[in-house]
Amino acid sequence: MLDRTQSVAVRATESVSVARTVRRPRRAIHVTPYLFLAPALVLFCGLIVYPMMRAFQMSLYDWKVLAGATSTFIGLDNYSRAMADPTFWRGLANSGFYMALSVPPQIVIGLLIAMLLKAKSPAQPVYRVLFYLPVVTSWVVVSLLFKYLFADNGLINYVSGDLLHLGDGSTSWLSSRWTALIAICALGVWKGIGWSMMIFLAALQGVPKSLEEAAVMDGANRWQRFRVVTLPAIRPALAFVVVMLVIGGFNVFTSVLLMTAGGPGGQTEVLLTYMYRQAFTNLDFGYGSAIAVLLTVVVFVLSLVQMRLFKSGGEDER
Amino acid sequence: MSTLHRTRPMAAVLRHVLLTVGAAIMLTPFVYMVSTSFKSQAYVLAIPPQFVPDPATVDNYVQVLTTQSFAAYFRNSVVVSTTATVISVLLSSMMAYAFARFRFPGREVLFRLVLLGLMVPAMMLIIPQFILAKQLALIDSLQGLIVFYVAASISLNTFLLRGFFASIPAELEDAMQVDGANAWTRYWRLVLPLSTPALATTTIFTFLATWDEFAWALTIINDPGKRTLPLAIQLFQGQNATQWGLVFAASVVAVLPVILVFLIFQRYFVQGLTSGAVKG
Repeated sequence: MLDRTQSVAVRATESVSVARTVRRPRRAIHVTPYLFLAPALVLFCGLIVYPMMRAFQMSLYDWKVLAGATSTFIGLDNYSRAMADPTFWRGLANSGFYMALSVPPQIVIGLLIAMLLKAKSPAQPVYRVLFYLPVVTSWVVVSLLFKYLFADNGLINYVSGDLLHLGDGSTSWLSSRWTALIAICALGVWKGIGWSMMIFLAALQGVPKSLEEAAVMDGANRWQRFRVVTLPAIRPALAFVVVMLVIGGFNVFTSVLLMTAGGPGGQTEVLLTYMYRQAFTNLDFGYGSAIAVLLTVVVFVLSLVQMRLFKSGGEDER
Repeated sequence: MSTLHRTRPMAAVLRHVLLTVGAAIMLTPFVYMVSTSFKSQAYVLAIPPQFVPDPATVDNYVQVLTTQSFAAYFRNSVVVSTTATVISVLLSSMMAYAFARFRFPGREVLFRLVLLGLMVPAMMLIIPQFILAKQLALIDSLQGLIVFYVAASISLNTFLLRGFFASIPAELEDAMQVDGANAWTRYWRLVLPLSTPALATTTIFTFLATWDEFAWALTIINDPGKRTLPLAIQLFQGQNATQWGLVFAASVVAVLPVILVFLIFQRYFVQGLTSGAVKG
């Protein structure tokens, strides 16, 4: 839903330490803060926290959607079913493939553009806006746009075949597993570069100029300066971008649904499209919930591991 | 200027060439989309592809804009996004104020709970949320979209605003308090007006997120009269041959407001994006 909401999650968990507080008479302390909290908290607990617990509970049931039918408790059966389900594993593999293929380019190209944009110039804001434009454009619109670009008679085939002579230009991109996933990754990269660029740009502006100048004095060449000065200085931002993009990779949904709908024959199904189909097409809410819980666990473990790396990385530099 | 940044003219030229090529690649899909929105169906997948539509036609736009329901979809999107944004920013800022300015039992626990919302991806909750919406009779209603959008945006907004509120000097509030202002007055008359940049950031983020939201709308909306723009656009790709011209004319109409908002407020956008991530 809120795609980039995770953008600050990592920092958030680190800055739980609470801000300065105004001293005030004891009497007021008791009710006032709770009155300010109440409306948002009620909504949040009712519509986010409660469903979280509910998802876990539902995953333990053979859930019946029809009114009047009783759902039976089946323990971990939905989970063992997932473990034995080839489509589940293919979905996991496809999500992993998407991550592996779309994350590195977003980091490398994003950083490259940020470095090119670092020097202040009158054109800088214009470029910044141009590269960021795909980020703010609706997923639905760009998914359909890329479906059109990768169509059999589409622009991609024309450019790769007739103009660049890479292949014969008659690739049916969206009708087989790997080419379709590549097309979906291409969309992910195109849409995501601007976001990582913006984070890197902010981080680069925080690199102390004195350090860079000192490196120049020492006769360091461009690459050495990048490795010794720039990279360590932007390491926290780099780690942050990696964590967010990896989590985002496992959240790929709309682009897959609209470009291939998981087809042909479930070949391009990712975990979320599979979960969605189990729940809302097959009406198997229990199994769908189990997949959602498994995916949440994967995402949590991955981000914990990376946050650990992030933390130790940050301390090294100080 | 330091020696480091006195770049040689050749390097500057090279940099601009690279950036221009990159920007051109980034923009090509958009340009092609706009171009296709002016093509008739016979030419949308013509070989070689046309960048300048010939013959050009505005039929797609006429058809999209004069179809009565498209206006309704647009209106639904405006109603849902503005309502959800206003409610979310109001409630989140109240919550953020409590976290930033009061010390009370349970504060740490509650704040961590709210942050949990940033960690759990929205799609994971879609099944239990659907059941909940059904029990609350919120299926097929714009209210059903609005309340869930508000709930989903509370975490991020509270987090961003709390950080900003905390940076406002407490002395200002103390002074107001001496003058007899209660907490609501201080929040409404002092803290909010001083927080315009942060409020702008959260407003834009929330508006864009709700304007674009697709999965939840797809799940709970069946009634054609309640469709939002993302649902409507997705439905333009028909069962058989997609009417690409129509799809992209509708897309351009839907994306234009967003791009406009982004261009006007991009300053705040950058602040909001980077302050959480890199400051530190």
